[in-house]
Amino acid sequence: MRLNEAHLQTREQKLETTLLRPNWHILLVRPESMTFVMLIVGIVVGSLLSPYFLDVKYILRSFTLTAEFSIAALVLTLVIIAGEIDLSPASNMALSACLFAYAQAAGVPMPIAIFIGLAAGLAMGAFNAVMVIRFQLPSIIVTIGTLILFRGLAQVIAGDKSIRVVDWFIGINNHLIMGVPLPVIIFLIASIVLGLVLNMTTYGRQIYQIGTNETAARHSGIKSKQIKFGLFLLIGVVSAICGIMTASRLGSVRYDLGLGGELQMVLMAMLGGTYIFGGRGTILGTFLAAWLLVVVSTGMTVANLLPAIQLTVLGVLLIVAIIATNFIYSRTQR
Amino acid sequence: MSARGISKKFGVVEVLTDVDLDLKKGEIHALVGENGAGKSTFAKILAGVYRPTRGMLEMSGAQVDVSSPIIANNLGIALIHQEPISFPDLSVAENIVMGRKGGGLMTRVPWSGMLGEARSYMELLGMSIDVTRPMRGLSIADQQMVEIARALASDSQLIIMDEPTAPLTPREVETLFIIVNRLRDEGRTIIFISHRLEEVRILCSRVTIFRDGNKISTHHINDVSNSDIIRLMIGRQLQKYMRKKGTTIGDVALEVERLTLPGAFKDISFKVRKGEIVGLGGLVGAGRSDVACALFGVAPAQTGTISINGKKVNISQPSDVIKLGLAFVPEDRAVAGIFGTLPVMYNITAAIPSKIAPRGIIRRMIETALSKKSVADLSIRLASLNQPIVELSGGNQQKVILARWLQTDPQVLILDEPTRGIDIGVKEEFYDMIGMLAADGRAILLISSELPELLSLCDRILVMSEGQLTAEISRADATQEKIMQAAVPRSRVAA
Amino acid sequence: MKNLRNILLRREAGIFVMIVLFCIAVGIERPQFWTLNSLRIILLLVPLIMIGAMGQMLVLVARHVDLSIGSMLGFSAMVTGLMFRHYPEIWWPVGFIVAIGTGTLLGLFNGVLVTFFRLPSIIVTLGTLNLYRGLTYIISDARQINRQYIPSDLKAMSQTSPVFGIPWIIIMSFMVALLTYYIVMHTQLGRQIFAIGSNPIAAPLRGINVTQVTLIVFALAGALSGLAGIMYASRWGFVNPSNTGAGFEFQVIAAVVIGGVSINGGVGSVLGTVLGVLLLGCVSAALPLLGIPGTTQNAIYGSVILIALLIDRTVRQKGLASLARSKT
Repeated sequence: MRLNEAHLQTREQKLETTLLRPNWHILLVRPESMTFVMLIVGIVVGSLLSPYFLDVKYILRSFTLTAEFSIAALVLTLVIIAGEIDLSPASNMALSACLFAYAQAAGVPMPIAIFIGLAAGLAMGAFNAVMVIRFQLPSIIVTIGTLILFRGLAQVIAGDKSIRVVDWFIGINNHLIMGVPLPVIIFLIASIVLGLVLNMTTYGRQIYQIGTNETAARHSGIKSKQIKFGLFLLIGVVSAICGIMTASRLGSVRYDLGLGGELQMVLMAMLGGTYIFGGRGTILGTFLAAWLLVVVSTGMTVANLLPAIQLTVLGVLLIVAIIATNFIYSRTQR
Repeated sequence: MSARGISKKFGVVEVLTDVDLDLKKGEIHALVGENGAGKSTFAKILAGVYRPTRGMLEMSGAQVDVSSPIIANNLGIALIHQEPISFPDLSVAENIVMGRKGGGLMTRVPWSGMLGEARSYMELLGMSIDVTRPMRGLSIADQQMVEIARALASDSQLIIMDEPTAPLTPREVETLFIIVNRLRDEGRTIIFISHRLEEVRILCSRVTIFRDGNKISTHHINDVSNSDIIRLMIGRQLQKYMRKKGTTIGDVALEVERLTLPGAFKDISFKVRKGEIVGLGGLVGAGRSDVACALFGVAPAQTGTISINGKKVNISQPSDVIKLGLAFVPEDRAVAGIFGTLPVMYNITAAIPSKIAPRGIIRRMIETALSKKSVADLSIRLASLNQPIVELSGGNQQKVILARWLQTDPQVLILDEPTRGIDIGVKEEFYDMIGMLAADGRAILLISSELPELLSLCDRILVMSEGQLTAEISRADATQEKIMQAAVPRSRVAA
Repeated sequence: MKNLRNILLRREAGIFVMIVLFCIAVGIERPQFWTLNSLRIILLLVPLIMIGAMGQMLVLVARHVDLSIGSMLGFSAMVTGLMFRHYPEIWWPVGFIVAIGTGTLLGLFNGVLVTFFRLPSIIVTLGTLNLYRGLTYIISDARQINRQYIPSDLKAMSQTSPVFGIPWIIIMSFMVALLTYYIVMHTQLGRQIFAIGSNPIAAPLRGINVTQVTLIVFALAGALSGLAGIMYASRWGFVNPSNTGAGFEFQVIAAVVIGGVSINGGVGSVLGTVLGVLLLGCVSAALPLLGIPGTTQNAIYGSVILIALLIDRTVRQKGLASLARSKT
């Protein structure tokens, strides 16, 4: 079906000769590059601060301390790109871990205990999903509410005590595969899988579309409600897995497991260039940001900075990250 | 007030060039022109919303710099927008009175004074709205009245009205005209921006025509005829569009029976056949888009049946009907159509995930090939398939949306105001396309508020008013008057 | 003002009824709930949250969120405490000035990031939440300010009272509420805050200086957090870098959301917020009586926020539905 192209030159057509950014510009000037640069800077600074810094084994081991948050942050990135947010994963981790630990301490066989933990995580994800999708409540407030609720329930179950985990289950972070700790491997695999899904599948494409304009997405036949529901379920289950991983790493579980984790996860997503309002962000960015965070934390520890100062630095970092991300996004969009 | 050499650039694009205009005290002056001709931009410059890149404004002989809406307010200039802007959660009285000069942040709010004043304005305008109620929930006509009251409250001498009558019923339009005339009698100047030449003729004494960012000419209304005006607006004679003849009309593709959604529409029944273009006319708010959304599953109806190709269907979400061959180009592409920051290519293929990703994984080559074909078929002007769609002009964006749906090879196409906000040249391209789509054997439901469009394209025209179907007019019998008559709310036909 | 009040009143009446029902229910289980002493306990739990809630209400109405109020409380309290420790001879009311001043500065910092850098308030305050907490640790050397350093006159404000045995800090918190009411209803500032929340696009077109008002709103939230900080010192007698103010923001948000303030801005009432705070206070006071351990508190707060959200949404939907029906 071809059209007759002999139409008048309207002013509209004159307006169409907009400036196009050169290809290299598009490739390089994006939030992930900023993250990458910061990562390099961080490594340089770190190595100047201490000779131990450049020890690869040391860095890998440091990564295991935040590996669980990093994995959850990957899925959180998807949630944010889709236009929602979930502040409850850290509390989810705590509650799932508590239930898991409680079960196995009570003698329940390990596979079932793990199953209980995962089911709990799924249930929590479902709870968030129902509140946000079915009742159409703003995800920011809902997940603030569930963040409090889940940790509160963890408190109810575990009280102030810590529940010990069976000996043979402890030490996941000490398991090395080709010299790399298991949690790091899991993170790598998760990054690759989620990155591929986001970039190359219909599902991933639709997540971007939903986050950019949900109304248009619905009009195009995209099942936005189902996809978002699924994302909340996914982050629920993944949080539970991370919670159980943390239980293995620490050897025991307390209600305050992962306290403050939500900040770290959001920080990783933001540092990675994820746009808080949805529609933009990448797994690569969050991946780099996770490493950046490790570099920064390790650097601070090595420089003997107090935990208090480290907290401050994280806060500052978050603010700087959003300023920069916002700046880049406003410059590259007409 | 006078304007001299007013020009405005947005980035590299010059949307207004060297506009000179003199406005007399106590006149009602019309600004006409196509969409994008610059009349709204000019109005916004007068009202301080934009600042001109060149040129100057004078009031009563003295040069003025209208650098912000607040300054405009102080100078006595008021702008009443197409869609009334208000604070929905504040009371009517506050919406009328807020923003006036004077008073720091901590000054006491004079409630009793405000309420009294607001009430007096309502009386003046002959309205009986309770001034203490929140703005939320008021009809558009009432909201406009509140805006007018606002203009009065700030003692505006120059009142600019941008398409005020578009959402109003004829009765409300009458009321508006009475008020506008009264304002003029008080010595105020009113600028009336409108597409409706009949109204312009009744109300205004002079008319200025804009085209492509230039002021073309100013005339006394009695010196020009409507076709003269139209000719000046578009620069050439408007040819009545003749659709390609010889389309065979086939079986019923879409049948709707007693479709009802309380609060939106009632008892809607009609058929659309293959090869047929059925128009759906009516005023804004008549419920036409609601019907479309119900057909498409975005906002399903409560009762009634919908049959596609003879089979009854249960519709709960768009993917249900897309599978059956329905397509819907929505009214407001910015809100419900485009994925602004995403590449044009993603926009084109948004509705055909299974085609570009047979097993869930996207095949770039297929996607690119399909997109290139759409771009060629519809003559979409763009710099690259990867550029964000928001960088395209309005007409091309609309073409992309249409391309998206054509990719699904639909049997039934619902088009809601497809040529809104698009210039004449591209409009004609669309008309050609619609004609060809029908010739291909597709059934088309065309929702439009532009009577000439309906008259020239459609085989049959349905008219809705206040949620119900009021008329079905065949192509042969159709006239603008008949459509308008059917569109007007029954209970309020002007005497 | 009849109609405006009519719609709002329905919400506040609902909360009031909930409070009454709750107290009756608890009282039946445990009659000691209905003593004056109980009332005292409730009212003592209330002042800090009340003050914080007033600030947060304004922030939410303006379509923002401030998650850092707890850390602002902690930091201001710590600064004031340090001052008392290093300069014991200072006349104790100076502490108020110091606390409120510090809070205002912190709030302004939030405000600047939100207005001049155009950053979403949720992320900014998530960052400053941690930033301020970290700074609190730093300036205090991670050490607590102990009882002896807090002026006894200050501590007395929580015990002594000028009237009916109601301690000073409670009176102060209600005065703050009254002041907020005045600002909201009877000053341009208050109406402009509601205007900005109601339609942020129209606000600048109507002559409202959005930047200025937003800065003021955040500064107020900070100032009130500072006031709450010194009240913390008064009430508890010490300032601790990790506990003081921790979780405060959540209690406040719970109270405010119960009180009917909308996340989307433009809607909210002082009366509603006050009732929300009272309800929360009643619930918190009832818990120990009913034998529910303090560890459950958080779970309760979380559930309360969620329930309030649900109620809010059903009420709004019904309201909108009836409006739509009345049109045709």
